[in-house]
Amino acid sequence: MAMVESAPAVIEVDLAVTPLRELNAALHRVSGDDRGSWRVLNPRGAHAVAVGVDAPLEIDVEGHVGYYCAGMNKQATVRVHGNAGVGLAENMMSGTVVVEGNASQSAGATGRGGLLVVRGSAAARCGISMKGVDIVVHGSVGHMSAFMAQKGCLVVCGDAGEALGDSIYESHLYVRGSVAGLGADCIEKEMGEHHVAELSDLLERAEAGFEASEFRRYGSARTLYNFDVDNAGAY
Amino acid sequence: MTADAHRSGAGPPAPSRTALREGAIFDRRVIAEIQRAANEGIYDIRGFGAKRPVPHFDDLLFLGASVSRYPLEGYRERCDSDVVLGARNAEKPLHLKIPITIAGMSFGALSAPAKEALGRGASAVGTCTTTGDGGMTPEERGHSQLLVYQLLPSRYGMNPDDLRKADAIEIVVGQGAKPGGGGMLLGQKISDRVAEMRDLPKGIDQRSACRHPDWTGPDDMEIKIGELREITDWQKPIFVKIGGSRPYYDTALAVKAGADVVVLDGMQGGTAATQEVFIEHVGIPTLSAIPPAVESLKELGMHRKVQLVVSGGIRSGADVAKALALGADAVSIGVAALIALGDNAPELADEYAQIGSAPGFYDDWHEGRDPAGISTQDDELAARFDPALGGRRLANFLRTMTLETQTLARACGKSHVHNLEPEDLVALTIEAAAMARVPLAGTSWVPGLSD
Repeated sequence: MAMVESAPAVIEVDLAVTPLRELNAALHRVSGDDRGSWRVLNPRGAHAVAVGVDAPLEIDVEGHVGYYCAGMNKQATVRVHGNAGVGLAENMMSGTVVVEGNASQSAGATGRGGLLVVRGSAAARCGISMKGVDIVVHGSVGHMSAFMAQKGCLVVCGDAGEALGDSIYESHLYVRGSVAGLGADCIEKEMGEHHVAELSDLLERAEAGFEASEFRRYGSARTLYNFDVDNAGAY
Repeated sequence: MTADAHRSGAGPPAPSRTALREGAIFDRRVIAEIQRAANEGIYDIRGFGAKRPVPHFDDLLFLGASVSRYPLEGYRERCDSDVVLGARNAEKPLHLKIPITIAGMSFGALSAPAKEALGRGASAVGTCTTTGDGGMTPEERGHSQLLVYQLLPSRYGMNPDDLRKADAIEIVVGQGAKPGGGGMLLGQKISDRVAEMRDLPKGIDQRSACRHPDWTGPDDMEIKIGELREITDWQKPIFVKIGGSRPYYDTALAVKAGADVVVLDGMQGGTAATQEVFIEHVGIPTLSAIPPAVESLKELGMHRKVQLVVSGGIRSGADVAKALALGADAVSIGVAALIALGDNAPELADEYAQIGSAPGFYDDWHEGRDPAGISTQDDELAARFDPALGGRRLANFLRTMTLETQTLARACGKSHVHNLEPEDLVALTIEAAAMARVPLAGTSWVPGLSD
């Protein structure tokens, strides 16, 4: 593999000359406590960049990526200095994924832990089926975001599209701007002290310069948790 | 006539009573369902597979040997039954000793001991079992020599560690019992452990999504398969499971997307819990799904390179042999495996009666009250089930099916079960002949293909 080690000990992998398969295999060979730094050059929209990593690495991807960047990430901090395609950080387990630009559909889908930060905006279905991941979007999110969201927080510093939180379970949704519409069983909820603390912490960690007081909270009305014939019209 | 007049015997003779006539359209089952729906206001949900009669493997016969074809000697001449799944792209394909696998069934739908028993039984005969919509349990992994890990739309319990522990990965696009439908696990089966594995509160109904959350369409699926290969360093075979609906196109698209194995589940395929209307009215019979899938593989030059695993109503070695003769590389069983474990056992007749059912009829697997301890999350019921004994029973059944398959293959002169071919088959009905694309018995007529 064409890997270059530059001072101070940053491993550079140029995807213009190194096959993606070699990059991911090398990242998988790293031991679980390796805190090394990696730079991935010329991603050129490649899919599945830095997927399945399980070590506290610092990985900087210098450009745009395609689908599933940082998929199923554990421990690593992955920074994409560009835009990201569909399924960014899907099913991530832990660690941090930051995208400097925008993210396409299904960012953070089914994520089970860690923190995903999108400094631009995210398209439809952001946080779909999220299961514990925290997502902070500095801009806006598209329709059907947090669909069937089970656990974790989705913070939207801009606006949210139609059907936010449709069929939501126990995720916490915080939106600073407007909400085009709430999905089935999603309602606005009171912002308690612990919610303010939770939101403030996420805003700080995501380096989003807003106050928790600017946000409104949404969550599940829990009326669809068990089938009731009188709610049939909501399905 | 009044009742009094009838009893007295006086007066003109009573007209003879009209014989009770059950409606062909409004039969007792239909009437009872209308009454139930009017009472409850919700569709009927049940487990099991389609119960309506449809053309099936029973409508096919093997021709056997004749003057022009000589058979192999039973017990003395070899008839091999091994199969390799997933050698197209994966570094570590599955080597199975028999062409029968265990279909995906979730922990949640089934108890942990039942999942363990499936692993024990499959491992004893050298085949694989499959997880389901609820993640991988240590019991299942520990007792399964070869375990296929399903990637479903819900992604309950999905994690990269289990992905790497698996021997193969199965992307579930559809299921024969409900092509186009998602999963369903009702609140009564959501125990603490099930809830924790699925990241959901205890006791609520879980309706799994019907579409994958991070891809739509065949082009995306190709990219998804690429991601899974990257995460697992190209070692694991990747299966794509489709429900029997448009098998010609779905098979072609799965192959194009890079699948190593296509799993094709006909409408008779089982489910843990689905609407009756879905089970009985969506999808096509297994018999009719196989030939288009095989045709698709052959046109792409991928028959036997991308393996075809067929499921949906496989009950015996005869079914296995017929599916293989039509071009499948292996079959998969679900409902039959549960019955082998002890589901619907006659010894439990009294207990089935207590929950309004009977051996041979029990299909309310979603209720979690299974007296056999198989389709339940109730600790007391689950403790009744002996996974070692269940595993032994399943292994017996799998061995029996394999012996039956070999018996039929030898009768057709085949030294490997994969040498069975459509030419060995005829059909008993015009419908089966048209669907299976084999001649009506005693003729050379294949409806739709020949004059």
